[in-house]
Amino acid sequence: MPVERRTIKVDALARVEGEGALYVRTSRGRVADVRLRIYEPPRFFEAFLRGRAFTEAPDITARICGICPVAYQMSACLAMEDACGTSVDGQLRALRRLLYCGEWIQSHALHVYMLHAPDFLGYPSIVEMARDHLAAVQRGLALKQTGNELMRLLGGREVHPINVRVGGFYRVPRPRELAGIAERLKRARDAALETVRWAAGFEFPEFEQPYEFVALRAARGPGQPAEYPIDGGRIVSSGGLDLGAAEYGDHFVEEQVPHSNALHSRLRARGAYLVGPLARYSLNFDALSPPAKEAAREAGLGPVCRNPFRSIVVRSVEIVYACDEALRLIGQYEAPERPFVEVVPRAATGHGCTEAPRGIPYHRYTIDAAGAISDARIVPPTSQNQAQIEDDLRGVVQRSLTLPDDRLTLRCEQAVRNYDPCISCATHFLTLHIDRG
Amino acid sequence: MTMPGAGRRAPGTARENARAARRPALAVWKFASCDGCQLSLLSCEDELLALTGRVDIAYFLEASRAAVGGPYDVSLVEGSITTAHDAERIKRVRRASRFLVTIGACATAGGIQALRNFKNVKDFLQAVYAKPEYIDTLAASTPISAHVKVDFELQGCPINKAQLLEVLSAYLAGRPPGIRNHSVCVECKRRGTVCVMVAQGTPCLGPVTHAGCEAICPAYRRGCYGCYGPMESPNTASLSGRWRYLGVPEAAIARAYRTVNTNAEAFRKAAEALEARGAGGAGEAGPGGGESRAG
Repeated sequence: MPVERRTIKVDALARVEGEGALYVRTSRGRVADVRLRIYEPPRFFEAFLRGRAFTEAPDITARICGICPVAYQMSACLAMEDACGTSVDGQLRALRRLLYCGEWIQSHALHVYMLHAPDFLGYPSIVEMARDHLAAVQRGLALKQTGNELMRLLGGREVHPINVRVGGFYRVPRPRELAGIAERLKRARDAALETVRWAAGFEFPEFEQPYEFVALRAARGPGQPAEYPIDGGRIVSSGGLDLGAAEYGDHFVEEQVPHSNALHSRLRARGAYLVGPLARYSLNFDALSPPAKEAAREAGLGPVCRNPFRSIVVRSVEIVYACDEALRLIGQYEAPERPFVEVVPRAATGHGCTEAPRGIPYHRYTIDAAGAISDARIVPPTSQNQAQIEDDLRGVVQRSLTLPDDRLTLRCEQAVRNYDPCISCATHFLTLHIDRG
Repeated sequence: MTMPGAGRRAPGTARENARAARRPALAVWKFASCDGCQLSLLSCEDELLALTGRVDIAYFLEASRAAVGGPYDVSLVEGSITTAHDAERIKRVRRASRFLVTIGACATAGGIQALRNFKNVKDFLQAVYAKPEYIDTLAASTPISAHVKVDFELQGCPINKAQLLEVLSAYLAGRPPGIRNHSVCVECKRRGTVCVMVAQGTPCLGPVTHAGCEAICPAYRRGCYGCYGPMESPNTASLSGRWRYLGVPEAAIARAYRTVNTNAEAFRKAAEALEARGAGGAGEAGPGGGESRAG
């Protein structure tokens, strides 16, 4: 038997948000080492939030990520409101959810069409893909544009929205301002349904993992309609967790590993876990809108999905949901009397957790009686998925050892892109090295 | 040519090759940043396909696996320099680029991560990482212009995509970009927004902030928070006085200058002047919520 040693390296992963590298080493047909190295330089948000006013957290934390700034703004707002003993509900909460739907549509359309689909169709980027799949590319761009428009309308702009504040908004729209976007969202929902059918036709490697899914689940009283988690809820898992955000630190721990500038999160009890679309979908299938459920069934998805390569289909189903939900929220919208509720600081610690497109970001802040931040902790979704991404890579490489290096490298990159990793977020994150040594 | 079929196909192919060779090569580079400014390019949904017909996107890692070597006609640079490795990398980018344009507050002024420049980075590392020795970082986050010659700086956190298209068009056409240096105030007037500072007493950085955002914040009834950085020759002393008159504590005025453009010279000096004045009151806690955005 030949002693085969292989090393596969990708020094700068493409079509992910941020800078990362991948290193895989195999020896005698076994995977010896897998490292997802995040070399995105650290930016120290948690440190320079100290001494800032609690009202500044939404604008500052938005800058962690240009792709999902709303996720950071919302988690920060919830944490501050929790610290101050205030909650935001009614139409203000509905508007937050509506803004967040815009971010889901925009971010998911970006990932499905621009970052992930080229892997399945065999192109280096959407530009080359557009030469043979122009209609699909135009559909993707139009979807993304609708998400951006919704964000612009409610947030002022799509990257780092300016209209979010602790307690609500600076300005809320009049109902008739939402009429135009409602028409676009109806067309976007049709495009999203077409996206699910398109993505379902891709070829997926047979690969399933025994994930512990972690996602939010909306708390609901008897008789209340089911609600897919976006802007809050309890932290639940397929392993039986059911926690309030304040209990996050009791069950999850961040560890530093030498090869990454992003901290790895683990479940204290069981190690690696998965956040993001697969987890959210598998724990909340019952709460999807009827058209989203129907689209999932037609695409051949069961109520649980454990194949990370199919995350592109799940993301597409979530775009359908986000369009539906945005239309529902617009349909029942009445302008609130005031654009925000007064939030009065007090010395306390607050926790906030919402569903970013790529999974739950957790925020914890301690503020003093005057509202100055004395401590901040932010756990982005990609830090939480890092250990799981490495587990997936081990499995993918083990099953694909017969592939030549170039195809194995591509398969590994694809396994990372399954996660829509946001490396900029995780650094507080990536290049592929495969070493068949 | 002795290749089979070459005689028949050569003319068309040669014309195509010549056309492709004339298409300028565009590269997009990332340093320490949030990816938001590069995303602005992907957010040009209506223009993206037309743009890729005019330029070859030769290097754009966020969008493509294919990377074409330099030289590049235009390099767009996002992010600030925060590691020794990046300080060397930007020099290679400069050498490979005919025009180098920085995009956004990080590349132009050091970004929000330049808040470290005024603190002890060791303390920061210890606040975030259990084993700080694993992390490679410089003491300061610096703009690209501190390391290499920059041909044009496009301000904004994030940049305005219409301005980005203007800058690209200008370099493709060989003319200077039409980006105005005036303050956000002019954009409010053009937009017909009533002045939030005069009419509502809301502290606003608009009078000292570079235009380009289209004065979004005042249109949403909040004061400008300076994300486009200083305009040309801003009168920050006068504006700080106005904020003081509106009842904003000295430390909070200083903090207002110390956000995403904290290391831009005019904003840094304004903050330092306030901090020197209020040395005794430095411990003053920030204002709470309420109507004032200064908090």
